[in-house]
Amino acid sequence: MITTLTARDLTKIYRTGEVEVHALRGANLDLYEGELVVILGPSGSGKSTLLNIIGGLDTPTSGSVRFRDHQLTGADESELTRFRRDHVGFVFQFYNLIPSLTAEENVALVTEIAKRPLDPAKALGIVGLDKRLHHFPAQLSGGEQQRVAIARAIAKQPEILLCDEPTGALDSETGILVLEAIDQVNRELGTTTAVITHNTVIGSMADRVLHVADGVIASIEENAVRRAAAELAW
Amino acid sequence: MVMRAIDRKVLRDLWHLRGQVLAIGMVVAAGIAALIMSLSTLEALDETTAAYYERYRFGDVFAWVKRAPESVEQRIAAVPGVRTVQARVSRFATVDIEGFAEPVMGQFVSVPAERQPVLNQLVLRSGRLPGEGAEDEVILNEPFAEAHNLASGEQIVAVINGHRRELRIVGTALSPEFVYALGPGALMPDDRRFGILWMSHESLAAAYDLKGAFNSVSLGLERGANTAQVLQQLDRILEPYGGVGAIAREDQLSNWFVMNEMEQLRTMSMILPTIFLVISAFLTNMVLGRLVATERGQIGLMKAFGYSSSEVGLHYAKFVIGIVFVGSVIGIVAGTWLGRMNTQMYADLFRFPILLYRPSTTAIAIAVSVSLASALLGSVGAVRRAARLPPAQAMNPPAPTVFHRMRAWNTRAARWLDQGSRIIVRNILRSPTRSTMTMLGVAAAVGLLVLAMQWNDSLNYLGQSYFFHAQHQDATIGLAEPQSDTIVRDFEHLPGVLAVEPMRIVSADLSVGPVTHRGSLTGLKSDAWLQPIFDDATARVVPVPPDGLVLGTVLADKLGVSIGDRVWLEILEGRRPEVALPVVGLVETYIAMPAFINIDALNRMLKERPSAEYVNLLIDSRHEAEFYARLKELPMVSAVMLRQAAIDSFYNTIVEHIMVFITLFSSLACALGFGVAYNSARIALSERGRELATLRVLGFSRGEISYILLGETGLLITIALPFGCLLGRGLSELMAASFNTELFRIPLKIEPSTYGLAVIIALAATLISALIVRHRLDHLDIVEVLKTRE
Repeated sequence: MITTLTARDLTKIYRTGEVEVHALRGANLDLYEGELVVILGPSGSGKSTLLNIIGGLDTPTSGSVRFRDHQLTGADESELTRFRRDHVGFVFQFYNLIPSLTAEENVALVTEIAKRPLDPAKALGIVGLDKRLHHFPAQLSGGEQQRVAIARAIAKQPEILLCDEPTGALDSETGILVLEAIDQVNRELGTTTAVITHNTVIGSMADRVLHVADGVIASIEENAVRRAAAELAW
Repeated sequence: MVMRAIDRKVLRDLWHLRGQVLAIGMVVAAGIAALIMSLSTLEALDETTAAYYERYRFGDVFAWVKRAPESVEQRIAAVPGVRTVQARVSRFATVDIEGFAEPVMGQFVSVPAERQPVLNQLVLRSGRLPGEGAEDEVILNEPFAEAHNLASGEQIVAVINGHRRELRIVGTALSPEFVYALGPGALMPDDRRFGILWMSHESLAAAYDLKGAFNSVSLGLERGANTAQVLQQLDRILEPYGGVGAIAREDQLSNWFVMNEMEQLRTMSMILPTIFLVISAFLTNMVLGRLVATERGQIGLMKAFGYSSSEVGLHYAKFVIGIVFVGSVIGIVAGTWLGRMNTQMYADLFRFPILLYRPSTTAIAIAVSVSLASALLGSVGAVRRAARLPPAQAMNPPAPTVFHRMRAWNTRAARWLDQGSRIIVRNILRSPTRSTMTMLGVAAAVGLLVLAMQWNDSLNYLGQSYFFHAQHQDATIGLAEPQSDTIVRDFEHLPGVLAVEPMRIVSADLSVGPVTHRGSLTGLKSDAWLQPIFDDATARVVPVPPDGLVLGTVLADKLGVSIGDRVWLEILEGRRPEVALPVVGLVETYIAMPAFINIDALNRMLKERPSAEYVNLLIDSRHEAEFYARLKELPMVSAVMLRQAAIDSFYNTIVEHIMVFITLFSSLACALGFGVAYNSARIALSERGRELATLRVLGFSRGEISYILLGETGLLITIALPFGCLLGRGLSELMAASFNTELFRIPLKIEPSTYGLAVIIALAATLISALIVRHRLDHLDIVEVLKTRE
């Protein structure tokens, strides 16, 4: 198995106001090419921080992150920007679409700066939104908005797709549609995918499940069989 | 080419925020419009005046004599530098207009029959020039004719050289020489009581026994001629014929007033718009900084996608340029339009026959670049702060501000504050920078309003002081020749005259070292009270000293003298004595640069028996009509100045006129104030939307959350108002200090009602913006706000 991303001994200390929060306390993580990993953990366990750091959205207080043969730790602002632009796709819990742009334009926002992008319409087609290209976020349901966010994340054909609680703001039915889209992308495009959630049910659609607790990866379980997203229920 | 998505975002954001874009645009526009209006007016008037003077050959030098033979003309023409000579007859005389009770003064000026003079040509507005041999044909200056509804073909009566003459009007005209048509001793043009009348040279010379002679001369100089030398030589040539000192164009009465007016305008045009532009730039900077700061999440998001900080910066720069563009377009259109209106108003006042107006490109360039630079600067700071954060952090709402319980909270006084008020007070105290900026913004707008509106107070105060404290006479009569002071008794016997006071005014050069001021010396009786020496600094009458000079402080400053110093005097009339006199007193005056002397001392100096050429009169209003009727018959009267007429024209021309300018600035200040108030409230709404929605979820009513949001803005504005008033006073002081021409000083006077009005306007602007924001607050979608982060 080829390792796409390796993180070692990550610690992260936040200061918000007067409080010091130890979000990560020496976490280690490997992502293998083409796999779908689900990172499970209760809120406050540090899973979002971990995702932000491996995605180049944040920097660790100590420890190292390597993407293929690039060392991300110690990289400067412009190197991190380049890393995010060329290699990573993000999906957030609250979709984070630009309200003033249509679905297609939200995707185009990313494809315009990508090296080998998909056509925005095609990316939206993959997530089943080929009929909603010209709708603004306010005209889309939550599930549709999240699928636009997925289309936006995969349209640049990233090596890594990072999803932070992608179903967190959705009902289970819609959530499953979104997970199906993620599953499909992972299978069809072979994109290494990490999904953060606190919903244990989702773990069964992954190749591997990482349990995060108190700022470290507490345990790893491997699924012999990946269940289809459509079979999930919660 | 298809527009990039990120650029489409710029356009959509601009459209989405159109209310705020427009409000910030107004702030930008106010600054831009103020500068364009002022500089365009100034440039247009400069160019128009120059063109008018050039086209109608306004003279470069003017001089008056008692009587000089025509042969002297040749000698003047031979002076090096002189290109053209226009010798003529010019005299003052009373004019009798049917149906107009008060006496009217006319300045009669001769022109060649049937052709334009070589200099100071007439702009014929109707009719024709006086004909050859037609002794009774006269051309009136247009404003005078209009004021009395006189047209070609009608008759008027004038007392020329003691003889009543019927004159036939053949035309109306304007002249660059009489742009500002001022009667002797008058400060403001009064077209009803003073007119210019042009007659053919022959007939006017005959009427004044000046056949083959002249008593006034105007010269056109060659380019690069030495004016000072020409003046000197001209004085020498004319001295034997009773010359009273030649003057250059810049000292010519009409031009001096026009230039003074322009100087006032220049001062206003430099200072007022500069203050405006600086404040509008500051506000734009502040408002955009806050607006961009609320975009923190989107900035983080774009960075998460891999946009670099500079790309994000460029994106917001485009957004800001969009706003400034909107503001600039409004500002340029409004400024150009206001400038044209303002210029037209001046052109009407001056009766310019031509008007050259175009918007000042310099002003547009300066105003737009200052606004753009300050706007970009404001947003760059905010973008940089947001872009510097790791995207993960930028996408989250800012960490809660550190709030402490202050010791004061435990006091009994604080205990009755409800939770809502506590939120307000804590928010203000915990974001001191933002609070200060909001307060500064409001204070700046209030300050501008005070600055604009205090002009009314200052001018009223000036008028009060000049016309009511410094003068008590009803009329000032000018006499053709200095008369023995027994004239006082003659006037006392006229019907309705209650008191008479003689006065003498002589032209004089006042010099100290190399500095010379060509002005006049006013001789007053030691017990003068109708027109005493009045000191504006102390608002008191200063007694006329038996000897020595009392100078206006502006003149004293120009000469560099103070009490005890000696001033060298050259009287330009009579025996032309030269003498050094000590300065024994200084008085502050808002108008002109007077020099006072005891009339007896003046007469002694001139080696003349006690005489006067002006009398100040106090008149019983019940006998006014009789008095005027008798006055019209007196042959020695050459000028009549009525105080009430002067007051009227002061308020009608100067005040009314400046008020238009001030109204324009006040409206711009209102626009600015509204822009700030609206934006502060709107931005506060987007900054605090989640918090307020949370409070709604917790069960707070709409009224209660409105109180929390708008109460904060309201409290800040209330605190800002007194500072705004103080700032207004400071700015007014700055303005008054720099508004200092030889003709006018502006006293610093701000009535409490002006502060009150400024405060009310600011509060109204706040209230309107608060209502708009309240409307949005009422439609706040609680669930949506809690769910999504914009």
